[in-house]
Amino acid sequence: MPSNTRPSQAHYVAPIEETPLVAIDSVKAEGKPSNLWTDAWRDLRKRPMFWISAVMIVILVIVALFPTLFTSVDPRYCQLSLSNQGPGGDSLLGYNRQGCDIFARIIHGTSTSLAVGLIVSFLVALLGVIFGAFSGFYGGWLDAVLSRIGDIFFSIPYILAAVVVMSVFSQYANVWTISLAIGAFAWPATARVLRAEILRVKNADFVMAATALGVSRFRILLRHVLPNSIAPVLVITTISLASAIVAEATLSFLGVGLPSTTMSWGNDISQAQVDLRTNPQTLILPSIALSVTVLSFIMLGEVIRDALDPKARAQR
Amino acid sequence: MTSTVNGSDVQQSTTGAEERPILEVKDLEVAFNTQEGKVTAVDGVSFTLYRGQSLAIVGESGSGKSTTAHAIINLLPGTGHIAGGQILLDGQDLAKTSQRDMESIRGRKIGFVPQDPMSNLNPVWSIGFQVEEAIRANGIATGRKEVKARAIEVLKQAGLQDADRRLKQFPHQFSGGMRQRVLIGMGLAADPQLLIADEPTSALDVTVQRVILDHLESLTRELGTTLLFITHDLGLAAERAEQLVVMYKGKVVESGPSLQILQNPQHPYTQRLVAAAPSLASRRIQATGSVSAAEASMSEDAAAAAGDTIDLIATAEARHEAVEAAASKAPAIVVENLTKVFKIRGSGEFTAVDDVSFQIPKGTTMALVGESGSGKSTVAKMLLKLEDATSGKIIVGGKDLEKVSRSELFELRSRMQPVFQDPYGSLNPLRNIGNTIAEPLYTHKVGDTASRRARVLELLDQVSLPRTLVGRYPNELSGGQRQRIAIARALALKPEIVVLDEAVSALDVLVQAQILRLLADLQAELDLTYLFITHDLAVVRVIADHVAVMQKGRIVESATTDEVFDNPKEQYTKDLLAAIPGANLKLGA
Amino acid sequence: MAGYILRRLLQAIPVLLGTTFLIYFMVFAMPGDPIVALFGEKTPPPQVLEAVRERYNLDKPFIVQYLLFLGGIFQGDLGISFSGEPVSDILARTFPVTLRLALLSTLFLMVGGILIGLISGLRKGGIFDASALVVSLILISLPIFVIGFVAQFVFAIQLGWFRTTVGPGAPWGDLVLPAIVLAAGSFAQIVRLTRSSVIETDGQDFVRTAASKGLSRRRIVPVHILRNSLIPVVTYLAVDFGVLMVGATVTEGIFNVPGVGNTLYQAIIRGEGPTVVSFVTVMVLIYLVVNLLVDLLYAVLDPRIRYAK
Repeated sequence: MPSNTRPSQAHYVAPIEETPLVAIDSVKAEGKPSNLWTDAWRDLRKRPMFWISAVMIVILVIVALFPTLFTSVDPRYCQLSLSNQGPGGDSLLGYNRQGCDIFARIIHGTSTSLAVGLIVSFLVALLGVIFGAFSGFYGGWLDAVLSRIGDIFFSIPYILAAVVVMSVFSQYANVWTISLAIGAFAWPATARVLRAEILRVKNADFVMAATALGVSRFRILLRHVLPNSIAPVLVITTISLASAIVAEATLSFLGVGLPSTTMSWGNDISQAQVDLRTNPQTLILPSIALSVTVLSFIMLGEVIRDALDPKARAQR
Repeated sequence: MTSTVNGSDVQQSTTGAEERPILEVKDLEVAFNTQEGKVTAVDGVSFTLYRGQSLAIVGESGSGKSTTAHAIINLLPGTGHIAGGQILLDGQDLAKTSQRDMESIRGRKIGFVPQDPMSNLNPVWSIGFQVEEAIRANGIATGRKEVKARAIEVLKQAGLQDADRRLKQFPHQFSGGMRQRVLIGMGLAADPQLLIADEPTSALDVTVQRVILDHLESLTRELGTTLLFITHDLGLAAERAEQLVVMYKGKVVESGPSLQILQNPQHPYTQRLVAAAPSLASRRIQATGSVSAAEASMSEDAAAAAGDTIDLIATAEARHEAVEAAASKAPAIVVENLTKVFKIRGSGEFTAVDDVSFQIPKGTTMALVGESGSGKSTVAKMLLKLEDATSGKIIVGGKDLEKVSRSELFELRSRMQPVFQDPYGSLNPLRNIGNTIAEPLYTHKVGDTASRRARVLELLDQVSLPRTLVGRYPNELSGGQRQRIAIARALALKPEIVVLDEAVSALDVLVQAQILRLLADLQAELDLTYLFITHDLAVVRVIADHVAVMQKGRIVESATTDEVFDNPKEQYTKDLLAAIPGANLKLGA
Repeated sequence: MAGYILRRLLQAIPVLLGTTFLIYFMVFAMPGDPIVALFGEKTPPPQVLEAVRERYNLDKPFIVQYLLFLGGIFQGDLGISFSGEPVSDILARTFPVTLRLALLSTLFLMVGGILIGLISGLRKGGIFDASALVVSLILISLPIFVIGFVAQFVFAIQLGWFRTTVGPGAPWGDLVLPAIVLAAGSFAQIVRLTRSSVIETDGQDFVRTAASKGLSRRRIVPVHILRNSLIPVVTYLAVDFGVLMVGATVTEGIFNVPGVGNTLYQAIIRGEGPTVVSFVTVMVLIYLVVNLLVDLLYAVLDPRIRYAK
């Protein structure tokens, strides 16, 4: 050893027993195969918030499909003599101004909200994926045209657009027309998210590898690009379901929503505003039903977002 | 061989037995809390550093080298914390120092130069602002004028000559090398006694890297700053630091004077690293004059190490023999006067590839070498017909790529396959390994389901991966394993030509050596022609038969590998060669 | 910078044409007499009916109708209300009130939302963060009219802290409760966005580098973390402005604020189609202008955009 080595700087070699070598780059894949979706599912299963929202949504769907399982009272059978009576007797939650049973109306109104939510979110996802995928993947003039169309629809807040449409089409108002009116203007947000995601994915090396193989452009879009960019669309669609329910209620509240003959939480809340001082539960109760439903879908969307984001997963 | 071991010319400072070390790390333990419990990232690390010295911590990714550096300045990410041991800076234990007191130590006593110049400057503040706040925080100067003057001084010192003019500019207006100079300037702004440089140049082009490291070296010597390097490159570490600490899986496996370790590695891991480092291998070949002589000299000493060690020299030697026989065959690829011009919005045209011509004989490897922006990857893309040429000819299998019909192109694609750089981006994360490797077979309608499956298994064998991976997904594999899958996919259709676009650049040295070995074996076995695109001349020395050096879209020099390395004609080639780390090392041979 | 502004302005032109055309199309391209459809079951005074017919040029081809409508907008002719008052006059009267409401609401939103989001993000996983997340989740799922009614019931009717409706002249004090309600709709989103943005920025390399320079946490948080986290928040505010306008319509309706939103609200409730169309058009124009302004603000916040060619 050289003489000019300073204290504790001499050549040191760790005992090999304490620092055993591992084979270079050994394969460590064990257990079940995993990819983004299986990992997300494994993560979801461990989250109480996922189960709470899932159970809530299942209950809501059952209530919507089979309302008579939950109440035998006819929500349209109203007696003015019972107007604004409190709970008691036959009635769980009391009566509204018209003397209708509030609980029965809430139960029977569920299907309206869920139907609007489902139709709108389906429409939004469909239009959003078509516009977003084509403009992001093909680029060029197609992107320019599709993106400008998106900008135009995006620039009219969808509730305001629906107000105009429903004002004009007031005599045709039903669940389908109101869903179309909302959905026709709510899709650009989804398209933008997907477009950005596709722009990111389409430059990945695996897309270039597929091109170099001679895989056709459209097949590359379907097989390689879209599956890797769809996760945020799933999240935003779940959340748009919640927004659509709120939009329907807002339109009904403004009086340009569903006709008063249709059972709807929005309608009930709208009609109850005059009783706010005297009989607040007629307004509060359907509002709670509405909020709980919206909360369930938003929670589901949020929990899926966290599960699908490996970065967020690693942070916890 | 012990005669040149101590390298006493490197150690200039005088030795005093009483002298207190500036930094003493004792049994340092760093742990992270994860969902799976406590994970120890650094386990019992000790080293000592004296005033004016330089020490390098070397290791692969995951070795704990950067974590050690972050522990010293007490800026561990996330749940990281010092779980044991001492960090003595001038006798003060930093492991027990409060965050508030650390604030006055950071910058003033310990400077830090981070790794990635792109992400380490705040994009929304001007360069001047960011340097000035460092000066102000450490009380180096007060008053607007003084602070500004000091900022200009610091930046000029770091090699930014026009600092006064560029103070108001933002990070995105600076090149990578310029940003790294800014970061060095900031690290030295308060004239610290110790400077920690965490891979300070690994994101930069080799020639820039060399200039900046030279500058850092002379600057720290001038200021008397003690230097702690973190690097993955053994050659660079040995060249730049007197002392080496080799880390492996959170532990120190070997430490001591650089040259001693390099010439006489004792721990099997260090031996592995020495054998696999391309920069060292290329130096060894350089020193002995030829590949076979280097192998002969190597087999006598360190290379005779334990089982799993892959010696790059041996790889090169094996290739060399196999390829010599094929040298005079007909060209597999002919490129003539290839030019690519990109139109840039607002600022006209940019010629990415300018009149490039070359040929690759069948069964050989040609390396296309250049720094970022040289146009080398654009050549690869045009060859793969992922990009259309502006003018010129590419002839593959007797057909001009620019004139083929759609169906001919489809057929040609099966004869020419790519492997790309990013192991994390080259495989579709949602398709399993079996489907990924079988995709070429589906696309070109080769065989039936059973024969495709058999071919996939055969390919997995060829790239030395277990057959059980068929149903697995890419995220379960390491970078090197993904590159093997990408190679298997490229080979599925039995192509003649494989275009390797920086295919090993993102890998750790040992894995890199393994893949280079695999590529060499496959070439010998399947008579493949490689176009090897890289920025790393060191790798070229062990893999290529011919080299074309590209600069600003043009080929500036093109010859056999030996000729380019032994007798470079162009200044640019000479610069590139000189930039391979380890140029000044005296190796054992 | 100038190039960026110019490009934004040019991009806004097709959008402006597209939106106005779309609104016009929705109303006037349908079969039957759109004027009758617009008024629904109500019959307006004959002179109003005549004015509306004249304004929309129903005797001319559709595209000419639209161009004349567009030309009218640019000359400040926004149509005529149900009662016969020009929309531009109503706008001049009501806009200042809405602007004040919006300013107050944005103030609550920025100060409260960003501050809470910042603290949540910096103390990720703590009690404050957890409660902020729960509260924001609940707020997100409450439609604005529910928030409005509940706030009115609790704070005005039960507790008597505020007046239930806004008095004449809309004094600032009366606008506080509506402004809080209006802010509540976007509050949760701002909190969450700021939080995630702060967490992301806090993990960036340049924050660690700032600390390695010897900066104190007290300087790093505002200068390096908050400053950078504001960029996505500001972008979101622009997108969210549409929600804010709908919110203003509902809130002004509930609290009877004499603003633009309330005028639209009353027109919708009363089924006064032409007024609805005029005010929606006005709101879309405001939305476009606000988005343009935010784009410019974005350039101020992010030098990478400011200095891009």
